Amino acid sequence: MSLTGPQGRPWLARSQSLIALALMVLVMSVLSDKFLTPENGWNILRQISVNLCLSIGMTLIILSGGIDLSVGAILALAGAVAAGVLKHGLPLLRFDLLLQFTVFGAMLAGVLVGVACGWFNGFVITRFKLPPFVATLGMFSIARGLTMLWTGGFPITGLGPEFGFLGTGILLGAPMPVWITAVLVAVFALVMRKTPFGRHLYAVGGNERAALLTGLNVKRVKLLAYTLGGGLAGMAGLMVTARLDSAQPNAGLGYELDSIAAVVIGGTSLSGGRGSVLGTVLGCLIIGVLNNGLFLLNVSPFWQQVVKGFVILAAVAIDKLNARHT
Amino acid sequence: MSDREDIVLEARHIAKAFPGVLALEDAHLTLRRGRLMALLGENGAGKSTLMSILAGAQPPDSGMLRVEGREVRFTHPGEARDAGIAMIHQELSLVPHLTVAENIFLGREPLTRCRLVDRAAMRRRAAELLKQLDLQASPDAPVETLRVGEQQGVEIARALSGQARVIIMDEPTSALSKHEIEVLQELILDLKRRGVALVYITHKLEELDRIADDATVMRDGRVAGEASFKDLTREQIVRWMVGRDLSAWHARTPAPLGDEALRVTGISLRHPERPGDWLLRDISFTVRRGEVLGIFGLMGAGRTELLEVLFGLHPAAASGEICLGGRKVHITSPAAAIAHGLALAPEDRKREGLVLEMSVGENTSLASMRQVTRFGWIRNRAERRHVQRFLERFRVKTPSLEQRIGHLSGGNQQKVILGKWLATRPQVLLLDEPTRGIDVNAKRELYELLDELTAEGLAVVLVSSELPEILAMADRLVVLCEGRKTAELCRADATSEQVMQVALPQGKEAA
Repeated sequence: MSLTGPQGRPWLARSQSLIALALMVLVMSVLSDKFLTPENGWNILRQISVNLCLSIGMTLIILSGGIDLSVGAILALAGAVAAGVLKHGLPLLRFDLLLQFTVFGAMLAGVLVGVACGWFNGFVITRFKLPPFVATLGMFSIARGLTMLWTGGFPITGLGPEFGFLGTGILLGAPMPVWITAVLVAVFALVMRKTPFGRHLYAVGGNERAALLTGLNVKRVKLLAYTLGGGLAGMAGLMVTARLDSAQPNAGLGYELDSIAAVVIGGTSLSGGRGSVLGTVLGCLIIGVLNNGLFLLNVSPFWQQVVKGFVILAAVAIDKLNARHT
Repeated sequence: MSDREDIVLEARHIAKAFPGVLALEDAHLTLRRGRLMALLGENGAGKSTLMSILAGAQPPDSGMLRVEGREVRFTHPGEARDAGIAMIHQELSLVPHLTVAENIFLGREPLTRCRLVDRAAMRRRAAELLKQLDLQASPDAPVETLRVGEQQGVEIARALSGQARVIIMDEPTSALSKHEIEVLQELILDLKRRGVALVYITHKLEELDRIADDATVMRDGRVAGEASFKDLTREQIVRWMVGRDLSAWHARTPAPLGDEALRVTGISLRHPERPGDWLLRDISFTVRRGEVLGIFGLMGAGRTELLEVLFGLHPAAASGEICLGGRKVHITSPAAAIAHGLALAPEDRKREGLVLEMSVGENTSLASMRQVTRFGWIRNRAERRHVQRFLERFRVKTPSLEQRIGHLSGGNQQKVILGKWLATRPQVLLLDEPTRGIDVNAKRELYELLDELTAEGLAVVLVSSELPEILAMADRLVVLCEGRKTAELCRADATSEQVMQVALPQGKEAA
């Protein structure tokens, strides 16, 4: 049995999210006979997989006491880079060379671009002590700009079935994005509970001064959180690109806010130190079921946004009320 | 002079308890028009609590307050302000980006007929106040551009603009330069001439000679003595501050002394804001294995800063040499300090010692995680065993290891912190006010633990502002005063009076 107590209290919050999710599923399946079908279930899971992939990283970052506004932009840049080097190669003008990429090489390049952006976020935040909000707002603009420069503002399409498998393929009956995200969830849930890094992340977010006085390398913990967040955004970028068989220059617009919403609905405290990856999974599921159900009920997508807003407010308000009573 | 007419404020039989501590037992204070009351006493004697009650920041549990003969009950600071009581805190409470005039009238802005802020009137009246106080600052200057002394002047102007009859100053000179102190004293003399009653809390007796009329010395939440300041000798003040029965305290069982564990030579720490000024100056001492070295000092003596330097928190501003176990070491971060066998239990448990969101078990293993990890993964069973060993040994009372640490009592929290550090197998344990805010039984348990740990060869540096605690627990004792070491004494030949004599900054009839 593990000593992990902080997830102990969120168990309460998590069971609330579970109840909320169950209620929503119940209501939707009464209102629409198309809701509770296996196909729709896979549909929802596939729809949330990109947001969940981003939100795992966002959970780490918010747990450390920070925030990342650049994940959507990093997603677009990583997707564009992967698609670009795959399709056109990477010309090295100085050596008069054209570097060709295999499918795997292109994917690796995309993820590495994400890692680099995330690392830069963490570097600026820990080295120059910029507030995470500002630092990642800067990266948001940098990555968006670089994406436009790289693509010239046009989508890069026709990436081939091998690359596309990542987004549309089916493995053992489950869509690939669902597999990828499920593996990532399992890995990070374990990392958070079972590694010193996970424990240190809670400590740094819970009380940075105490963490420092306990001899933890606060800067390294934060740097790693942002780097992983960037890498996960890169992975999400590959999935989006592969699914559409096209890298859109303005992919992932507003995704950072959806991701923050999922983390918060999942019971993670915006002030850091409290929350969990599994809570975030529930948060993503709640948003996914809500969007999907309202769509099946022919509710206008504009109303979906309004409802989502109220769900966020309700989730945080309930969390606050609970915190006061314990 | 001592007419009842003169009495502006009177407090009688004030009591106030906080969880685990009785801060005020039966305190009284009488303030008279145009006179300055010096309020003296050790840290924790109840001075600040009494002042916060006078200023309406918290209600007393019992007792009575009278302003100009009328009984009052303040429920928040605004009511005390309306009654003419203003407090100037150690930490100034000005809004840095607002101008001098805006700060002076914050919350009481003069209004025009249209209910808008009358900026012209505000500036005019601010300028008048500043002129009365002989302050150079412009009413339009943002407060953040002023020096600390001038900011204090602005606070006083704010107090006066509210027609203050009583002004309370809590250690007002702790951040001031010599010249600024003189300016403040002129201001105070002027306030007295206008009939304002003042309370002045300080340890620096030399500042009082010019300005004080009366003195009250507090001890353990009571008034230990009061007299007219000019009739008072330094010896009398010290006796009132320390006069206490020591027999009730835990008697330490000295441990056999081993080799030298820590040697500190010529530690200095520059003042972060005032170049050429020092928070610590040339401090040297040694601690041997099995020994408790006590470090005593009053507020502002540099006790906490000294521990922070040893623990690598001021790598850039500190100088001096640290030797651990005979080897010279360079400590530039807490992680390095821990690697060299140091451990620090900080003064403020909740802000610096614990991660309140985490469980008892997680807090305990946080510093020694490496011992329970294999191939980068935490082994749960090993961690439980590891943690349990220390918590059981220190008799921590907790329903489970998963209990959130915030729910434990102060004494148990402190034991968890000790457990956390002992798990790192330190050579030297640095304790900063380890018994602050914990109850008598938990204190005794902690002292017994220290006896045990030193018997096993641990070296302990115990920083405390509680004199009886230091005298009971320290084998040897270093006294700090204003960043300098003023004495090193053996417990056998240290008396309370003697220690307080060297801890009190110079002034009043001292050599």
